[in-house]
Amino acid sequence: MKKYKYIMMLLGITALIGSCGNQGNGNGSSNGALSSSAAEKAYVAPGEHDEFYAFMSGGYSGNITVYGLPSGRMFKEIPVFSQFPTSGYGYSEETKPMLNTSYGFVPWDDSHHPDISQSKGELDGRWIFINGNNTPRIARVSLSTFETEEIIELPNSAGNHSSSFITENTEYVVAGTRFSVPVPQRDMPINEYKGNFKGALSFISVDPENGGLDLKFQLLMPGFNYDLSHPGRGKSHGWFFFTTYNTEEANSLMEVNSSQNDKDFIAAINWKKIEEYVNNGGGTTVPAEYAHNVYDEHTHTATSTIKKEVLTVDPTKVPGAVFFLPTPKSPHGCDVDPSGQYIIGNGKLSADLTVHSFDNMIAAIEGKKFDGEAYGIPILKFEDVLAGVVKSGGLGPLHTEFDGQGNAYTTFFISSEVVKWKLGTWEVLDRQPTFYSVGHLMIPGGNSAKPFGKYVVAMNKITKDRYLPVGPEMEHSAQIYDISGDKMELIYDFPTHGEPHYAAGIPADLLAPKAKKIYRLTENEHPYAVLNPADARVERDGNVVHVYMSTIRSHFTPDNIEGIKVGDKVYFHITNHEQDFDVPHGFAMIGQNTSELLIMPGQTKTSLWEPKKPGVWPFYCTDFCSALHQEMQGYVRVSPSGSDVPLTYTLGE
Amino acid sequence: MKKAGIIMMLGPLFLLGLFSFPLWNITLGAPQYPEPLGMNIHIDGIRDMNEFDLQNIDGLNHYIGMRTLPKPEDMWEFSIFPVVIGTMITLGVIIGLLGYFKKVTYKWFLGWFVLMSVLGVLGMYDFNAWMVDYGTNLDPNAIMKLSNPDGTPMTYSPPLFGKADMLNFKVTSLPAKGAWLMFVGMMLTLVAFYFGWKNRTETVTEKLSKLSTS
Repeated sequence: MKKYKYIMMLLGITALIGSCGNQGNGNGSSNGALSSSAAEKAYVAPGEHDEFYAFMSGGYSGNITVYGLPSGRMFKEIPVFSQFPTSGYGYSEETKPMLNTSYGFVPWDDSHHPDISQSKGELDGRWIFINGNNTPRIARVSLSTFETEEIIELPNSAGNHSSSFITENTEYVVAGTRFSVPVPQRDMPINEYKGNFKGALSFISVDPENGGLDLKFQLLMPGFNYDLSHPGRGKSHGWFFFTTYNTEEANSLMEVNSSQNDKDFIAAINWKKIEEYVNNGGGTTVPAEYAHNVYDEHTHTATSTIKKEVLTVDPTKVPGAVFFLPTPKSPHGCDVDPSGQYIIGNGKLSADLTVHSFDNMIAAIEGKKFDGEAYGIPILKFEDVLAGVVKSGGLGPLHTEFDGQGNAYTTFFISSEVVKWKLGTWEVLDRQPTFYSVGHLMIPGGNSAKPFGKYVVAMNKITKDRYLPVGPEMEHSAQIYDISGDKMELIYDFPTHGEPHYAAGIPADLLAPKAKKIYRLTENEHPYAVLNPADARVERDGNVVHVYMSTIRSHFTPDNIEGIKVGDKVYFHITNHEQDFDVPHGFAMIGQNTSELLIMPGQTKTSLWEPKKPGVWPFYCTDFCSALHQEMQGYVRVSPSGSDVPLTYTLGE
Repeated sequence: MKKAGIIMMLGPLFLLGLFSFPLWNITLGAPQYPEPLGMNIHIDGIRDMNEFDLQNIDGLNHYIGMRTLPKPEDMWEFSIFPVVIGTMITLGVIIGLLGYFKKVTYKWFLGWFVLMSVLGVLGMYDFNAWMVDYGTNLDPNAIMKLSNPDGTPMTYSPPLFGKADMLNFKVTSLPAKGAWLMFVGMMLTLVAFYFGWKNRTETVTEKLSKLSTS
């Protein structure tokens, strides 16, 4: 009997240890004893490479930052919509046209949602697209040079937020307006908003060969706020889904007045149908003004053209192309699962997620089961399209991504957490806190038919105490969770630059092998390039001086120039003659009213200098290029205007 | 003798590889060149291992006053070597053919091998002499003039065979695919010689047996 007791006690103890262990695994993030295994998962040893690239939007930095996963190491900031003195982007003569708009030169924007090009619904790693939110624009960035190659402005749009998401084969990059505005813009009372403003949804075609962007058509929708969007895929390929809020069409004290309807809509757009309509001559071409800026990798130069018209489509003119799906509580994120069957509306003022079924939607459309219409657009019955509701227990759902294993992960802004739930059963499987107030989340390929469900990155809006304090302004924080097991495990926490709204991740082996190392000098077609140091020269044309300069470790050719006068406009056209990986040269001139240049091997960049004072003024290389970098310098002699010092240039004399 | 003749014709043909593959390969790795720079030495010139390597080697070498790497027209060797190799291949195939038809004896096979070996050694000697000159005959106005601990000027000749440390670079010099093909080809001519020699023994034995029976 005594023995039996002992056995019972032992069993009890074992059970206790067992349950402790389970608990530990479940809450690995908060358990100090397990932190070493988390460290191992996020650790990428010196000299080793990360498994994934993560491209994070910069938010109000206007750019994209490139990180590695799971290490959280930052590799690069790619200038897109903002001037970037580090490289001279937006300062050099070649790149100023990239930031041209119908409003003139705009040096900044608010970049939000990057999306990587796809083929057959899977990431193909050719380009990454991103939207400029403030002055509506879409950019295309090359994923071999990691440089911005093209920016197209969007007329009739304002607050370009439900952008930039691409269709399954990168047929279109799609951009919707957050603010509805008068179309065309005109002077009118703001309180006449209702019924008069329009929401433009832009479909920008992408050239499959070179990625060239063209604004194919704009769908002029009722004056709601179009918040976010995602493409259909697989069975729902050919459709695009946009969340809306402010279906009340309020124009003041929006936080109250646009939150009165219990349900707003998800707009379902059959873009294939509209494309067909447009290809058959449908739509109305209207006057517009928007910039189209293209950077050429061979001339290393951007050109900006202002386009004068755009094709608009009235949705009521294309029957069967546009429907509204009632969705509760001002939905924010609009996400489509990898199969294309489920459309998730994240009702940001509720606790629940609304999941619509594509099949139900098609059946409802075919059965013409409409619940009235809005501005001539049929509204489907909520109950008819609903697939299920995720009773999350969290508050303020914003965005959902997928792991490709039948699970979805949703961020909850108000309750600061990521919730994992199962598609189809809508049951909540796990939840992990974030630090703090998470916005978007990203699983590499999580917005495609083939996610790589190993990590999820949560991008937070509030940092507070996560890092050493650095004054009132702080970088945002991101957390990486390992999602390869049943439960999510927090493995790393790192600061991110700007305000990443969304991110796009891709396996490193899809990009790294084709990353460009140098530009070939033999392919340099810049009109002011110097391909041979013997051709370096200085030419004067009135008060404009062109300096054709070459650089190689470690000197400028020429390095001394005389005969420059106050009042001249001196263009330094500098060609880097290196053909060796990671050997840029820089250029900076004393007192110059612009940024430095950072010139990659084989590249030509131009800097304008307008000397104001007579004297002898030095310039130098800003990139520590070799052991003789400090010797890489030169002088320009500036004489008073009207003096007759002859124009000469020398090297080694 | 037929088998030996065929092998003798085959062996020299392996030297044709020298017209497309490098004879020798020299790589220069350093902390800042984790992917080493390299040159492939062909019989008709020095070429990049990876694109722009020669330009980048020259760029680095100018600091220590080394001349730029020779272009094919800068060295007589690069026009003579292809002719010598071409002649030796033709000669070898002809000897094999004549051996096949029993016009020459197996001793010619060995003769070709010995001649090729002598030419090879001469070639190596010449190559080494160039490397010594290239590494020691430096520009007196070089940016960096370095001395050995004993005060003599530092020189930078790459090794003929194997590895050496030169400043921050680890230099590796090894035979490349062309040389290995040449080696195989030359070994085949030795095999041809061996079969020829064995055949000779049989012939003698046959003769003896014929003599004894008659």
